[in-house]
Amino acid sequence: MSDKIEKKGREEIISTRGITLNMGPQHPSCHGVLHLILDLQGERVMKVEPDIGYLHRGTEKIAENLFYPQFVPYTDRLDYLSGMSNNLAYVQAVEKLLAIEIPERAKYIRVIAAELSRLSGHLLGVGAWSADVGAMTVLLYAFREREMILDLFEMLCGARMTYSYLRVGGVRYDATEEFKERCREFCRVFPGRVDEYERLLTGNRIWLKRNRGIGIISADDAINLGLGGPNLRGSGVRYDIRKDEPYLVYDRLDFEVPLGTVGDCFDRYVVRLGEMRQSVRIIEQCLRDMPEGPFVVDMPEIVPPPKQTIYNNMEALIHHFKYVSDSFKVPEGEVYSAIESPKGELGVYIVSDGTEKPYRLKIRVPTFMNLQSIDHMSRGGYFADVVAVVSSLDPVMGECDK
Amino acid sequence: MALQDKDSILVKRFQERFAPSILETTVFRGEVTHLIKKESLLDICSFLRSEKDLKMDYLSDVMGVDYHPRAPRFEVLYQIYSTTNKLRLRLKIRLEDGETVPSVTGHWKSANFSEREVYDMFGIVFEGHPDLKRIYMPHDWEGFPLRKDYPLKGYKDRYNPYGEEKE
Amino acid sequence: MVAEKKTHEGVAQFTTLESIFEVMRDNPIMDLVRENPVTRHVVNWGRASSLWPMSFCLACCAIEMICAACSRYDLDRMGSIFRVSPRQADVMIVAGTMTKKIAPTVKILFDQMPEPRWVIAQGGCASAGGPYNTYAVVQGADLVVPVDVYVPGCPPRPEALLFGFLQLQEKIKREQPLLLKKRGLSE
Repeated sequence: MSDKIEKKGREEIISTRGITLNMGPQHPSCHGVLHLILDLQGERVMKVEPDIGYLHRGTEKIAENLFYPQFVPYTDRLDYLSGMSNNLAYVQAVEKLLAIEIPERAKYIRVIAAELSRLSGHLLGVGAWSADVGAMTVLLYAFREREMILDLFEMLCGARMTYSYLRVGGVRYDATEEFKERCREFCRVFPGRVDEYERLLTGNRIWLKRNRGIGIISADDAINLGLGGPNLRGSGVRYDIRKDEPYLVYDRLDFEVPLGTVGDCFDRYVVRLGEMRQSVRIIEQCLRDMPEGPFVVDMPEIVPPPKQTIYNNMEALIHHFKYVSDSFKVPEGEVYSAIESPKGELGVYIVSDGTEKPYRLKIRVPTFMNLQSIDHMSRGGYFADVVAVVSSLDPVMGECDK
Repeated sequence: MALQDKDSILVKRFQERFAPSILETTVFRGEVTHLIKKESLLDICSFLRSEKDLKMDYLSDVMGVDYHPRAPRFEVLYQIYSTTNKLRLRLKIRLEDGETVPSVTGHWKSANFSEREVYDMFGIVFEGHPDLKRIYMPHDWEGFPLRKDYPLKGYKDRYNPYGEEKE
Repeated sequence: MVAEKKTHEGVAQFTTLESIFEVMRDNPIMDLVRENPVTRHVVNWGRASSLWPMSFCLACCAIEMICAACSRYDLDRMGSIFRVSPRQADVMIVAGTMTKKIAPTVKILFDQMPEPRWVIAQGGCASAGGPYNTYAVVQGADLVVPVDVYVPGCPPRPEALLFGFLQLQEKIKREQPLLLKKRGLSE
């Protein structure tokens, strides 16, 4: 039986003429400016070559010319769906170089911020994915919840997308009681909303046909190709930096790592939804356990004074001026610090030569690595499945191209 | 982070096996870095992948650094991880401008894009790479942007009136 | 070609749209129609009330553009429906950093859009390069395409983009749409 199908498939391939199709850079399901060069035999995909770099902005070169704290805003604009995670990766690397330990309260606030941004990233990922394969409703529903998260971020730091909230030595502002209350309310509401997405998608026949058995990648191949985050865990590999090399307070929190079995698009979807539920659990625990106390380290040379004191205190103004114009020196050495961002392992490698500016800063971005496996996943499948595969990888080009 | 010290398996096992190829071993903030000879890179990579206690199967990244006026100008770094044993290791090789590096795409397929990126940004050629071409910049781009002698604002053209004049 | 089909002097067979244009082009009545404030108003009202932007995402600002189109902000209520093809679009929103690699593509997309067309530069990068004054970034979308409305912000909030649309509508309402010669375009 299978022989027959294979033979039929081969005939189909022989009878059609091969073409090369350019998908992107402007394509509604290319998540920004991804350009795919597809070799097709009829409807069948022979080869996919991602052509990236359409959003290469030279972030790493900029970093070499800026003081350490000045680079924080640029990290927001890497993975712009989850700016807090990028902030975290960068400030954590600088703190590792400085060898400082941040206060407990700041750690909890950082975990909440990172998990909220993971939620906002996954919401847009799943929403855009479902819109790409034809379920527009979920996109609108996902954006409804995403707006709630962005409101929380606005309460925390005043910005919707580009936060620059996590700074070297802690966070910029304290988390207020009001924020905590709203956050608790969000945690009460959100699991029900995830159930709503599940009702719309998980049993949906179209969704299953478009995703189940599509873009299969085995665990060994996934590791070899450097896949990361939910995509790697969709193949059943238990690799989560939050568990393996716990940073901040993740070792004290109780959460699970959702795993897939087959490694197809549907598994990656299931893992994402599972992660959303776990993130809510993490946030709830953090809100419960968050201690009182300072939210920045007591080191005036690396932490600017609170903004309010600058306006009516001469010393604070001088301090602020010194901080902005001179910054601080960082010990010589090189570190690599990685966190689990919504897309995978987000690592920052810094070479310091002992001055105020990094000598070299390299950002290991997960999307860049994830895109390599498009070819492996969609080869031999149908052209329409490429859309599902790309969406299931959840690429963000700002991060991919740096 | 799982911090390593001088007695860690990453240091000991290496020095037992590859003592002549290791030029320098640093442990800084719990991270092990081996500066190795270029010729032994592929051997070491095979060893890392196959050795049971290490099983470093995940290549996080390949990175380049340009130390412009210094004598061996470039450094290429391999950030390697083991998904089973949860170990992190950094290999480092030094090379002059114009020298080539053997590609590790045979050991880790994920090196494909990373090596292309290093080539694109620094002009370091990887021998044996299946498809070495520019990845970020357009194919007709001149120069290698992340080299220290390349200006941040680039050179003046119709899209960037603030760039530097080309001599 | 149409001229050959003329049966009587000055009267054409109104068989095709081209033949109607051919006759109307030199008709003095047309000048009256073109300069009439009522027709001007009607055409402008029609154009301003159904601005169809092209869904063209470049960078961070695109997410705020999608936010503006999705739940809560709902750009549709202003008659702006996102079209995926440049052939069906009236407005191009340059949403985000334009790099030197993407600039030729943006130009092609702009050229593919039918007249009348407008451009909104959303965010600092599209307006003037923003924080990225580097080797790879075009220092402002106006070096590539003519921009009508600049929306500042990094990224601008969806409200700001909505305001940008309102400003564009104001601008369109002051145009002389039928006097194409005044806009430097062929009729």
